[in-house]
Amino acid sequence: MTATREIQSTVDGGFGKRSLGQRLIGANTFWIALVLIALIVVFTVLKPGQFATLFTFQTLLIETSVLLVLSVGMTFVIITSGIDLSVGSVLIFAGMVCGKTMEALSPGGNASTAGWGVIGIGLVAAILSGTIWGLINGFLIAIAKIPPLIVTLGTMGAALGAAYLLNNGSDVRSVPTVLNRTLGYGTSFGGVPNLVLVAVVITLIGAWLLHTTKFGRYTYAVGSSAEAARRAGIGVTAHLLKVYLLTGFLAGIAGFMSLAYYASTTITAHTTDNLNAIAATVMGGTSLFGGVGSVLGTVIGVFIPAVLKKGFNITQVPDFWQMIAVGAVLIAAVWFDQRRRRQRNSR
Amino acid sequence: MTDAVLLDAQNIVKHYGSVEALRGASFQARAGEVTALIGDNGAGKSTLIKCLSGAEQPTSGRILLDGKEVHFDSPTTARRLGIETVYQDLAVAPDLDPAANLFLGREIHRRGILGKLGMLDNGAMRRQAVEEFKRLGVTLQSTDVSIGSLSGGQRQSVAVARSVVWASKVVFMDEPTAALGVVQRERVLDVIRRVRDEGIAVVLISHNMPEVLSVSDRIEVLRLGARVARFHAADTSLEDLVAAMTGALTQEEAA
Repeated sequence: MTATREIQSTVDGGFGKRSLGQRLIGANTFWIALVLIALIVVFTVLKPGQFATLFTFQTLLIETSVLLVLSVGMTFVIITSGIDLSVGSVLIFAGMVCGKTMEALSPGGNASTAGWGVIGIGLVAAILSGTIWGLINGFLIAIAKIPPLIVTLGTMGAALGAAYLLNNGSDVRSVPTVLNRTLGYGTSFGGVPNLVLVAVVITLIGAWLLHTTKFGRYTYAVGSSAEAARRAGIGVTAHLLKVYLLTGFLAGIAGFMSLAYYASTTITAHTTDNLNAIAATVMGGTSLFGGVGSVLGTVIGVFIPAVLKKGFNITQVPDFWQMIAVGAVLIAAVWFDQRRRRQRNSR
Repeated sequence: MTDAVLLDAQNIVKHYGSVEALRGASFQARAGEVTALIGDNGAGKSTLIKCLSGAEQPTSGRILLDGKEVHFDSPTTARRLGIETVYQDLAVAPDLDPAANLFLGREIHRRGILGKLGMLDNGAMRRQAVEEFKRLGVTLQSTDVSIGSLSGGQRQSVAVARSVVWASKVVFMDEPTAALGVVQRERVLDVIRRVRDEGIAVVLISHNMPEVLSVSDRIEVLRLGARVARFHAADTSLEDLVAAMTGALTQEEAA
């Protein structure tokens, strides 16, 4: 029994919280934020008159808004150690359903002059159609237990095909002008684009949901160890279903935002949105193996490719380099994550 | 030691198709005692524990808790009655911190409208967790690192703590020390003793006979799906246990 007592005697020590500095250095998000700041500094120094302007940042923010909304949903999915390849197609499908709904409700099938009533119904249609795809994904993944990669690869094709079918493969172009003027190009509070405001609000809600609520805690738990979560009495199946539902819901909103901005369903433009959202999320420190990630990281991850592209454009470097640079950063981010995990598991 | 039987399983039978995993096994656990459940591989130990913790439903037989017959249709039902299980493999979420793991599935919400919206009170959970860890003698350097960065012994200590904190009656431990080193093992055994001293019935499955003899008060032996012997640990030798497990020794009254 003496041995036992010796072990107990150390109980009183410990239980400290690490200092803020220690936690910062330990966080992936901190390092990836440094990369983003470094990029901004470099481009500002290279072309101060052109890069560090209000206009550059406005367009930068607008162009990333839609992707940001998709990536917030993707963060939840990847934290559950899942993946959703279908978000880009669901975005197009939702935009198409929204556009067709608004056209159907307008005289002569031309929605250009439609008012807010029709637009409101269009928004509901976009969100519903996105959520339905989320429900299909969630059902097949959580209940039918088919791997998420396969399910969402399937729904990626299916949602795009369905979108093509709805309008015989061509774009809906009669989008209400008032929607395009307000949500698409309008600004509030002296120059903040409305589209950006919507994205910011959704991102804040997403961050709140993930980091402070039980829903968020269960998302981490399911991704960290589904078995441990199940044993703790968490309804893993229902939770996964909700997470994919949320991603579909957000893709629906993104479809509406995209329609407002481009004034077209842009059916050929979003084929790489899914990969961009995954890249942004993973670069932002969310682990493909699940259980780790943050919305703040994802925000930074969304901006790194955008800043690179803008910067290359302004410094007249061919922006194909951006694709190469993003690819390299993505692989490096996953490599670091894997090393961290291996170190941990060897203890 | 009391003689009041807290958990009483009588003639439990469990079939998996044509396979008879349990053939009328009986088992008793008393409050404030560690009861070891031993037997060779395939004797039915894990199946019995699953039946008694709600993970499986017995084909026939009776389970009495505090003298009243109970039916566990799921682990949640058993948990509600104060019965918790520590699993053989590490059943923790490695990416969550110790406090989050301790409260997993039983989170404390904030007061007021924010709590209704699902917001968690992490401060309160952390404070309570630190208290519980201290009470159980679980040492951790820090409460805000993920469980995955702790050593195997600390991880299992947290897993054990998570079950015993919520158990008011019975804790089942299925080889809780199997994956651990010597010092870590002693630490977990110490937690087991503390839990017993609080008046909870601890049921320990283990293949480690010296460990069984050192930590348990009573020992029940399963063989081929039925109980073949019962011992008081104080006056039992290693040879007796091995003899009972291999079938060389059978107590008629034990079945």
